[in-house]
Amino acid sequence: MLAESLALSAALFTIGVIGVLTRRNAIIMFMCVELMLNAVNLSFVALSTLYGAAGQVFVVFVMSVAAAEAAVGLAIIIAIFRHRQSVNLEDINLLKG
Amino acid sequence: MGNEFFPLFYGFHFYLFGLLALASAILFVTRKSPVAAALWLVNVMFCLAAIYIMLDAQFIGAIQVLVYAGAIMVVFLFVVMLLNLGQPSDVSDIRGNAGRLAAGAVGIAMLAEVMVLARSKFPAQLTLPIPPGEIAAQGPGGVIGPLAAPLFREYLLAFELTSILLLTAIVGAVVIGRKRS
Amino acid sequence: MIPSPQTELPVTGHPLADTVARFAWLLPVLPLLGFLINGFLSLRAAAHPGPADPTAASHHGHGEHAHGDADHGHGAQHDDHGDHGDHHPARHPAAALVSLIGPAVLLLSFGLAVAIFFAMKAAHIEEAYVLTLFQWMPTGKLSVDVALQLDQLSMVMTLIITGIGSLIHIFSVGYMQDDPGYPRYFAYLNLFIFFMLMLVLGSSYPLMFVGWEGVGLCSYLLIGFWYSEKANADAGKKAFIVNRIGDFGFLVAMFLMFANFGTLTYAGVEGAAAQLQVGALVATAIALFLFLGAAGKSAQIPLYVWLPDAMAGPTPVSALIHAATMVTAGVYLIARSATLFAMAPTAQLTVALVGALTAVFAATIGLKQWDIKKVLAYSTVSQLGYMFVGVGVGAYTAGVFHLMTHAFFKALLFLGSGSVIYAMHRAYHVTHNHEDAQDMRNMGGLRAHMPVTFYLMWIATLAIAGIPVFSGFFSKDEILTSVFARAHGSTLADASLLGIPGSTLLYIIYALGLAAALMTAIYMTRMMLYTFHGPNRTGEAERAHLKEAPWIMTGPLVVLGVLSLVGGWFNLPLITGGAIGPVEVLHHWLEPVVGRGALIVTHGEAAHLSHATEYLLIGTAVAIAVAGIAFAFARLKPDALVPAKDAPAEQGFAKVLYDKWYVDEAYAKAVVKPTLGISRIVLWKGVDVGIIDGLFVNGSALVARGFGWMGSQLQSGRVGTYAWVLVLGAVMVLSAFSFL
Repeated sequence: MLAESLALSAALFTIGVIGVLTRRNAIIMFMCVELMLNAVNLSFVALSTLYGAAGQVFVVFVMSVAAAEAAVGLAIIIAIFRHRQSVNLEDINLLKG
Repeated sequence: MGNEFFPLFYGFHFYLFGLLALASAILFVTRKSPVAAALWLVNVMFCLAAIYIMLDAQFIGAIQVLVYAGAIMVVFLFVVMLLNLGQPSDVSDIRGNAGRLAAGAVGIAMLAEVMVLARSKFPAQLTLPIPPGEIAAQGPGGVIGPLAAPLFREYLLAFELTSILLLTAIVGAVVIGRKRS
Repeated sequence: MIPSPQTELPVTGHPLADTVARFAWLLPVLPLLGFLINGFLSLRAAAHPGPADPTAASHHGHGEHAHGDADHGHGAQHDDHGDHGDHHPARHPAAALVSLIGPAVLLLSFGLAVAIFFAMKAAHIEEAYVLTLFQWMPTGKLSVDVALQLDQLSMVMTLIITGIGSLIHIFSVGYMQDDPGYPRYFAYLNLFIFFMLMLVLGSSYPLMFVGWEGVGLCSYLLIGFWYSEKANADAGKKAFIVNRIGDFGFLVAMFLMFANFGTLTYAGVEGAAAQLQVGALVATAIALFLFLGAAGKSAQIPLYVWLPDAMAGPTPVSALIHAATMVTAGVYLIARSATLFAMAPTAQLTVALVGALTAVFAATIGLKQWDIKKVLAYSTVSQLGYMFVGVGVGAYTAGVFHLMTHAFFKALLFLGSGSVIYAMHRAYHVTHNHEDAQDMRNMGGLRAHMPVTFYLMWIATLAIAGIPVFSGFFSKDEILTSVFARAHGSTLADASLLGIPGSTLLYIIYALGLAAALMTAIYMTRMMLYTFHGPNRTGEAERAHLKEAPWIMTGPLVVLGVLSLVGGWFNLPLITGGAIGPVEVLHHWLEPVVGRGALIVTHGEAAHLSHATEYLLIGTAVAIAVAGIAFAFARLKPDALVPAKDAPAEQGFAKVLYDKWYVDEAYAKAVVKPTLGISRIVLWKGVDVGIIDGLFVNGSALVARGFGWMGSQLQSGRVGTYAWVLVLGAVMVLSAFSFL
């Protein structure tokens, strides 16, 4: 089970990466990042069966940070949407140097 | 873990939920509509929760459903609705074919490398240092005990800091999301 | 392999060490002091300018005549006629002080030189007295000290320089009295004497080179003294640049000397040279390069072209620098390197041949010049050729002797012409005439107006022509006799140049010398005829104002006249047998310095001619001189001349001579134009604009901009791109791990 869990975790992570690279909608990109976090959580939990409860403790932290991050990130997206009327990442390029 | 006692049961369900998770993830990444994509992601999380429980992380499985699927994904959907992005429109248009192919290639490359590394760096035979039944038999906390004890002992500082982080996030989200008059 | 340098002569224990000779350092320092004081005075006065000193801070711009003839030496005033209406000459405010200091330092130097000379005579020294002042270049294997070498040769030169220099300084007090640049003039003149003394007193070749370059600089400054006229400035530039070509030769010779001998002092090089074989390649190479330097400084073919143009400077400058001292530096150089040259008969033949050719060539041009200073300039080039013939055949005493007598009569000729020009200028100024005051066609019959100058210049003319009793006769005759004597039984006769045997060459050189002597007599008499004899062509109005120059100018002329008359007694030939005076005084005097080299050339014993041959040679020379003078009197009719403005243009062969055989034009086409072309196209447009500006300056800016552009492309602000880069980076890190 452990090896398969790790394999699944890697696969989910990869899918998340592909999603980040391909999607242009900011919210969907954000959700792909959440998918990646979930994959990592799976990896932690799988390995905690081997190395003790510290893995699960870490998963708790990851989840709380993911929650905080989702809240703030979505607030930012709302603010940007109010400005530009679009969540298309190609339109959000004020950092252009 | 229970796979020694009911190997077929656990194995079958593990593969079932695993494949479901994988399929949902792929579907999630390829949907045009944000709402559809979000719902498929919720499905991924459900499947992962099932796997967590099978991996003897019951508490994690529970809070995965409660927090991740139940709170975070709800917020996502909330924002999608708020911004009226629900329709499958050109906003969520995926990049052109070349981009998709390149992304796919990169992804596969990454996956391959991770596999290779995992295989070479990990011991071939994964043995369990702790017999399965003894995790639960540690103390009066039951299944949560072995998780809660380190959380409030060794990792107390991180726990407290995380709570401050959540406070900051709340305040920040309110400030940023406020309508400017 | 560099041999170890020769040991220096011990200074302690030298007979001159306790005498006045230990103050020899004052000899150059006094003129240097004069330069500093006069220079300071000239700077101070530049704030209060006269009307037309080119250094004037507020230049009036109209102060100079716009002369058509470019090599005009201004006599006195420069203020324009009629613009301000005031005719007062602009005498410099500090002029009185300068008149005192300028000549005074020279006279003091001369006095000291005389004192040292007598001390040297009394001490009968055999070796040079080297007075070391300080260390200059202590660099590893090469150590050059600033040291003065007092020996017989340098004392002769010092006496000539300071003596004739003093006379010319006194003359200048009168000649330049109304020039606004009066202190500047004397400052430059003093500086020149300083450098010239360093040249002859230095104890090593680098020190001579310092003086060499310094006199070149002063020559440039003095030729272009009235630099606000472009032609004068151009002449100064030409002199300097042509000189530079020679300096290159001098430098290469020094490099060769150091590489082969390991030393650069005179004593060291002479010692090393003495150990070579006659005809050694090293000696020949060094000698030829030294001669290149000498040819530049002493105006021999092919580097003589600057000297006629140098007549643009004030006439006393021409007298001092371009007749008596600077141009003789080349002769001094060869005499100083006597032993070295003696080891290179091929080089000696080259020197003598070039000298003879120059003598003839310049004489031909002098036959057809109308500007009185140009005649004298070409005469100088021609006589310098004689000197080189002398030192070229190893008759070093003869060469130096001619140097001395030439200094006397040529300075006299130049200063005399200065008096003439001064008078002509004064006359023209009174009548507001803009004619050329230096053109002989505007002169004539001046014997009535300037009798003293007339008689003195005839003395000089007879001397230069080689009429017996006058100094030039003895020196010129000695050179020609030496050439003839060395055609048998000398290293030169045994050697050959370009396939021609040495003895044949020496006879050819002798013949060329005779030809030059004939032409010299002709053109000098021509000059006298057109200037002093015959009717006056200056004009009715001016004639009344022509008069003798003031005594401050005529005084030095008298002294030089006496010297031109009796200067021959410095080195009477052996054949006179002591009947009219001590024989070969100069020869015996110079023997410790040049004797070794001279003897090598003549195979160890003094050159010998039978009495009959010698009388024949003397007779031939005198006959030629007399024939030349007679020819000029017979054929050249001053009555047939017309003033310059009416004179017809030259035609045919006369035109070729008048146009100096078109050498300047040939140089301009062959050398100057290509050089300028290359400078403009290759060096300026190609290298400077293209490579340095374009490639390095602008190119590096472009590269920086390019890098900046590349950097800014990275900052696209597109989050999608950032994500891509991130992922790719992660993949690369993973692959790095998988390969470790």
